[in-house]
Amino acid sequence: MIYLDIFEFLAYLAILTLLARPFGLFMASTYQGERTLLTPVVGPVEKLIYRFCRIAQEEMNWRQYAGAMLACNAVMFLSLFAMLRLQGLLPLNPQDIPNASWPMALNTAISFTTNTNWQTYSGEAAVSYLTQMAGLTVHNFVSAATGMVIAIALIRGLARRNTKTIGNFWVDLTRTILYMLLPLSLLAAIFLVSQGIIQNFSPYQTVTLVQPMHLEQPQADKEGQHGAAAENKMPATSVIINEQVLPMGPVASQEAIKEVGTNGGGFFNANSAHPFENPTPLTNFIECLLILLIPAGLTFAFGHMTGNQGQGKTLFLAMLMLLVIAVGCLYWAESAGNPLVDGLGAAGPYLEGKEVRFGVGGSSLFAALTTATSCGAVNAMHDSLTPLGGMVPMVLMLLGEVVFGGVGSGLYTMLAFVVIAVFVAGLMIGRTPEYLGKKIEVREMWLSMVIVLTSGAIVLIFSAAALLAPAGLACMANPGAHGLSEVLYAFASTANNNGSAFAGLNADTLFPILSTSTAMLLGRYVPAVAVLAMAGALAEKKFAPPSLGTLPTDSIPFTLWLVLVIVIVGALTFFPALALGPIVEHLLMTGGR
Amino acid sequence: MAKHVQPPLSIFAPALLRAAVAGALKKLDPRILWRSPVMFLVEIGGAITLINFLLALSGRQGDPAWFSGLVSLWLWLTVFFGTFAEALAEGRGKARAASLRKSRTEVQARRLASPDPAAPSEAVAANLLRRDDHILVSTGELIAGDGEVVSGAALVNEAAVTGESAPVVRESGGDRSAVTGGTTVTSGAIVVRITANPGETFLDRMIGMVEGAKRRKTPNEMALEVLLIALTAVFLLVVANLRPLSVYSAGVTGQGEAVSLTVLVALFVCLAPTTIAALLPAIGIAGMDRLFQKNVIALSGRAIEAAGDVNVLLLDKTGTITLGNREAVDFVPVGGHTEEELVEAAMIASLGDETPEGRSIVILAKKEYKQRMQRLPAGAKNVAFSAETRLSGTDTGGKRYRKGATDSIVGFVQKLGGRPPRDLQGPAHAIAKGGGTPLAVCCEADILGVINLKDILKGGIQERFQQLRSMGIRTVMITGDNPHTAAAIAAEAQVDDFLAQATPEDKLRLIRENQQAGYMVAMTGDGTNDAPALAQADVAVAMNTGTQPAREAANIIDLDSNPTKLLDIVEIGKQILMTRGNLTTFSIANDVAKYFAIIPAALISIYPELDALNIMRLASPRSAILAAVIFNALIIPLLIPLALRGTKYRPMPAEKMLIHSLLVYGVGGMVVPFAGIKVIDLLTGLFG
Repeated sequence: MIYLDIFEFLAYLAILTLLARPFGLFMASTYQGERTLLTPVVGPVEKLIYRFCRIAQEEMNWRQYAGAMLACNAVMFLSLFAMLRLQGLLPLNPQDIPNASWPMALNTAISFTTNTNWQTYSGEAAVSYLTQMAGLTVHNFVSAATGMVIAIALIRGLARRNTKTIGNFWVDLTRTILYMLLPLSLLAAIFLVSQGIIQNFSPYQTVTLVQPMHLEQPQADKEGQHGAAAENKMPATSVIINEQVLPMGPVASQEAIKEVGTNGGGFFNANSAHPFENPTPLTNFIECLLILLIPAGLTFAFGHMTGNQGQGKTLFLAMLMLLVIAVGCLYWAESAGNPLVDGLGAAGPYLEGKEVRFGVGGSSLFAALTTATSCGAVNAMHDSLTPLGGMVPMVLMLLGEVVFGGVGSGLYTMLAFVVIAVFVAGLMIGRTPEYLGKKIEVREMWLSMVIVLTSGAIVLIFSAAALLAPAGLACMANPGAHGLSEVLYAFASTANNNGSAFAGLNADTLFPILSTSTAMLLGRYVPAVAVLAMAGALAEKKFAPPSLGTLPTDSIPFTLWLVLVIVIVGALTFFPALALGPIVEHLLMTGGR
Repeated sequence: MAKHVQPPLSIFAPALLRAAVAGALKKLDPRILWRSPVMFLVEIGGAITLINFLLALSGRQGDPAWFSGLVSLWLWLTVFFGTFAEALAEGRGKARAASLRKSRTEVQARRLASPDPAAPSEAVAANLLRRDDHILVSTGELIAGDGEVVSGAALVNEAAVTGESAPVVRESGGDRSAVTGGTTVTSGAIVVRITANPGETFLDRMIGMVEGAKRRKTPNEMALEVLLIALTAVFLLVVANLRPLSVYSAGVTGQGEAVSLTVLVALFVCLAPTTIAALLPAIGIAGMDRLFQKNVIALSGRAIEAAGDVNVLLLDKTGTITLGNREAVDFVPVGGHTEEELVEAAMIASLGDETPEGRSIVILAKKEYKQRMQRLPAGAKNVAFSAETRLSGTDTGGKRYRKGATDSIVGFVQKLGGRPPRDLQGPAHAIAKGGGTPLAVCCEADILGVINLKDILKGGIQERFQQLRSMGIRTVMITGDNPHTAAAIAAEAQVDDFLAQATPEDKLRLIRENQQAGYMVAMTGDGTNDAPALAQADVAVAMNTGTQPAREAANIIDLDSNPTKLLDIVEIGKQILMTRGNLTTFSIANDVAKYFAIIPAALISIYPELDALNIMRLASPRSAILAAVIFNALIIPLLIPLALRGTKYRPMPAEKMLIHSLLVYGVGGMVVPFAGIKVIDLLTGLFG
């Protein structure tokens, strides 16, 4: 089993590396307006869109670019909010799903606009087909494209010299969707349908179970306070279940972009653990590839657009190193199992909360990838991972989503880390620091620190608030170290726009809704605007050609240094919180408690 | 009056240490300290724990008084060590400034009504002298202000400024006309035109710089401070976050206590990059001081940092690559003229020429060719060299005698309708190819011959350029010579490139082109015609012997007038940056060990299992926290010598240097505190 898993990991890395480079070069060509394979097909559509929308393809400075980005996102937010609030009145709603409440609509609209896809609702119960397709799926495209164009703007800032402009937001956005996201999603959706993923507008089906199911159902705890764990004394009623309602819907089309755009919002509540979203180990493997294709490809696009492939490879390598470590740790922790259940005759790999068709290997890989990127789709219950295993996804998010990260956002956050790493390393070799020939000065340092530290600050502030405020404590179902882990995970996920959840939190009340909404908004737009400001600042700088004394930023020592900087910044920021959460959980578990 | 070279004080001389302690205490004033935000926060932490200590004394629950008291003490020591480092770095400069000030006070000057030394004069105090006043200074008198010698020559003792007691020649005309206020004429008499108002003189600027009074944070320092402040802000949040997390955990487990304020403050101070923040000002000041020990005065900290980045170095050939001045070694007659005719014409063209080259022609003519002419005939008019005509000479007896670069003379002759002799180019080329400078001599439209002016390379100059090359710096030799001569010398000296027949405009253009291409350009110069180029260069080093315009255009002055000093300047610039980077890395790497000391200690009462993180096996929670705080404080004085002396710089490729620094300060920075904290914990255990 273990050899098979390791073979799967290696095959994954090999195929990813093979695909990422050509796709990255394709993206670079597209953004630079060069002719590509798709130009004959998509080019006319693109021109039509510019004419129809009256898009003047003029270069923008960073303020204009940021303004356009924010305006576009604001409109996207409002439209989804309205659609959710009105879905009961709108067509394509065979299940007669009612209008969403305002907190749910607010949270969901923010969540999908910010590419977080944190879900406080259950897809099959709360969202109509129209909202899924015209709302959530469209947002999956636009929010992903938003992240990507911001990264591209930053790359231009690094590549250009003595200019104020960093591209045109509308053109970049259109190209991203037309040339990259749509074709890729189309291919992926067709493949997924071939594997048995559904794509229909049918009402939900009721089927008779082959084998009736007996369920011991404890009565609900009315108090809902955090003494709720001690519910063993509640009287239980026995229920026999003979039939099951199977939710239907246009799943494949949304599934594809969910992965491609590192969105992660599942069509169903069970997300990629659901057989209609992720039926086989093969679809699991392909979904894993789709999650990383664009983030990995962007590193090569970066190398190409800055005219220095080595620099792109450095970023790819640094991300890959962190990913391999993460997958390794997660897989090791889950394979080692839980000594507490070993005694119950369940020794060996820890399978609670995992789909048997994916096993520990497929689940570990998916869990690491979905949190290394800001995807947040899940094919296993992260809350049920072993303490150290569960810490891996949490840490991947807390590092700032730079291990490939969200489409675009991963690259731009990584570049901010690079700026910081370059600054210190540059000093160490006796030069005023420069990256790709651009001097790193006070302004770039401020912006990089904002980009890198915003999400961490949000996590620290909000998790403290949640544990101080009665309203925050009220929604914790699992008190103790694991409850603390769950709170930490929730804000790590929302502040970094990941969207996966540890669950265990009652997310229905106003406190978690508003706090996670704020975390998502700040976690997305504060760094995004800072990135564009940095792109503007860098574009204006002149270029200093490298010499013997220049820090080689495409060397192995620098790559290691970069990895070290990322790990140290993350560790220093979160070591105390992790010590009180997963680390102590692990110690308690191994200590037999 | 002649002063002698002061032996440079050791940084750690007792007198300086005492002064530094006093200075350090003054700097603890929050109104001064807030300029260094990280240390300011440490001071606030010291105050908070002090209050906790007092509250504990008055019987309030919580940490015992001894614990809060000791933490507070060590936090105050942390701040003190930081201000002490800064005060210590300033110390030597202040001592020097004080001695400089002495030489400035109470000087009387003889102000002349006109530039003529025989003109009526009046005695005025030095501080009443204004720009364009003329003063007469004779043997044994102090020169009252910065200025330019307009007539006469004198030996001047500049020890007050340069620390060098051997007097130097100052004379009118040429590149040695500048004199500095506060220096003494040891023999001779000169008329000086004052060029700076009181308060703006070179000495004033120098005092300001060495005292650190005018020191502003450099851009790089500010950028580093951004990094430190942002990290500090996050650590504040981390500590603020730990409190509710521990309150919650203690509440749920029903055991232990939430982390106390004293422990939170201790954790914060240990995490904050106090080591680098404390030493940051000292590094910059000490760098300036080290430059000063090499007799170089940086007029801005920015210039030193820029020096570390220099990619292109423009060097004046004369005095830099070659030994001082060229000497005439040979006369070659052309166009059928005799040697005698040539020597006589050369003599006439050179007698009024006060440049060393002119003099060397006269000397050669007298010594080797027995020319007897002593002085120019009455009515002769001296025509000085100008950068545009590139000719000099004498008008006498209705004839124009000129000497200059061959093509300049040819141009002069052609303008008069003459034709250069056919056999002129032969010897001129031969001389140029041999690395000499052919100087043609003409009388009216008739070219008489060529003088061979020979350059002599400085010893060891090739190795210096080799060193520069390995630092990634390209050297360009600038010379007024023709391309052939320049090429010969460039090849011999092994410079990377040369600019021949350079006019001031050429130099300026060369600098601009390089800057446009993104290079940092350093230039050394001394002449007035270097001033525009110096003003344009990123790092402009003027020789102290240079002219006043050159010194004003520069941002670094070399008091020894030794042009290869730029190597030292580059090295010190790099050292400053490296020291900052290395200490930053060290400071942040330290945090890992401190976490392992403090976090288990702070939380163990809630979760005894966290003792597994106490990998140093520290004796008790409180001793662990104290050990971390003490280590954090003590590391500052331990690193003061490194901060003041700077990291050693050895020219090597950037990648190799990065690996080296990462191993020493990154890995070392992680390992050292584990050992240090453990040792301190053991020692404090001995004292109970």
